[in-house]
Amino acid sequence: MIYFDNAATTLQKPKEVAEAVYKAIQNFGNSGRGASSVSLQASRIIYDTREKIADLFHCSDPAKVAFTSNSTESLNTVIKGVLQPGDHVITTVLEHNSVLRPLYQLEQEGVEVSIVPCRENGRLEVSDMEHYIQSNTRAIVCTHVSNLTGNKIDIHAVGQLCRENGLLFLLDASQSAGVFPIDMKEDCISAVCFTGHKSLYGPQGTGGICLGDKITVRPLKVGGSGIMTFEREHPNVMPTALEAGTLNGHGIAGLNAGLRYVLKQGCERIHEYEVALMKQFYYGIKDLPGIKVYGDFSGWDRAAIVTFNIADYDSAQVSDELSQRFGIETRAGGHCAPLMHRALGTEHQGAVRFSFSNFNTSEEVAVGVEAIKTLIYEDMD
Amino acid sequence: MRKKQRKLVITFETTVAAMAAEHYCKQRNAPGRLIPVPTQITAGCGLAWAANPEEKERVLTVLEQSKIHPEGIYEIMI
Repeated sequence: MIYFDNAATTLQKPKEVAEAVYKAIQNFGNSGRGASSVSLQASRIIYDTREKIADLFHCSDPAKVAFTSNSTESLNTVIKGVLQPGDHVITTVLEHNSVLRPLYQLEQEGVEVSIVPCRENGRLEVSDMEHYIQSNTRAIVCTHVSNLTGNKIDIHAVGQLCRENGLLFLLDASQSAGVFPIDMKEDCISAVCFTGHKSLYGPQGTGGICLGDKITVRPLKVGGSGIMTFEREHPNVMPTALEAGTLNGHGIAGLNAGLRYVLKQGCERIHEYEVALMKQFYYGIKDLPGIKVYGDFSGWDRAAIVTFNIADYDSAQVSDELSQRFGIETRAGGHCAPLMHRALGTEHQGAVRFSFSNFNTSEEVAVGVEAIKTLIYEDMD
Repeated sequence: MRKKQRKLVITFETTVAAMAAEHYCKQRNAPGRLIPVPTQITAGCGLAWAANPEEKERVLTVLEQSKIHPEGIYEIMI
């Protein structure tokens, strides 16, 4: 089997990730609940993971890192914990439903939402955001990278725009954490929402929120905190404020090992390797008859994603044939990015997505290209 | 691409129902397999049970006995 669905989740992880989870399951008590040796063992690894996340995103304080179960939970927590009826928020057509659906929900409660369209090929120009700013605009919430096209938004420019206009900048880093540099200070980011199981190579069920200095988020959940037991209100100090209930300590131990791998390899080196695979695949298929590739490929400062269709074939059928006949696993259909599909005109056909990781090889990509050629040319015989 | 064939395609409201369908169809030797939902039905995330049309009665009987309610039952070229 060859796995090219890394934008959904990375399948191949560093072996240290599985080892860390295995070790944690045998040794972890409940972190933040008492001071037993096993509880402290969990707390130490979890604290170390906060430090690594803070390091990765240039966050000033590891205490500003709260763990969640995934990006969706992080985004729901931040979006709903910041916006109130009467506020206005700006987002983009590139967004995943994990951003759009919380916003649609808030729209019903009186939050005004503006959605910035993309240019040709799904590219988003930050200058197009500016004229959406109005007197009650509270935040810009956007993805760093489109999960459909792999194109990047210039987050430094978004951050500057937010800083100049006194707006919060809420970033969905689902597709970028671990691959692209994210500097909360330089890029003026108020909150980074990330997942652990993609380019950070952690287990599924891990993710988090990294907050800047000038933002307070109302918690989505309250309850057990391990401290201030006799208070009626949940503690408002970070990270406890956003971490009601027992943490996924075993998963976070795996995430710690994933982060160690990413920090050791370096985001830039990982990105460079993945771009080489993407280029090989893109150039291998782009001129084949009937191929339509989506997104902007005018430069290589983009995530390692190539999304395409073959003539008018159902994307689900193409993906199914790749799986059944060639053992190549990809993703087809809607990719939970409805507005981007509409913008690209693929609402009905969906699209086939190849997404590469640091564990794919050039040989695997060559097999992928040959498989696409077979699917196309056998139709012409 | 392989030639399109007429297939029975059964869709479900949830992934849980699709997984249950696979579980009971395998257990009771009803033929077919899970496929991504063809986009001519919907382009959304989802799984469907696909089998040859002549197996329709057998598959539907297993689903009924297992209290699994299909969302849609189609015979389409895929």
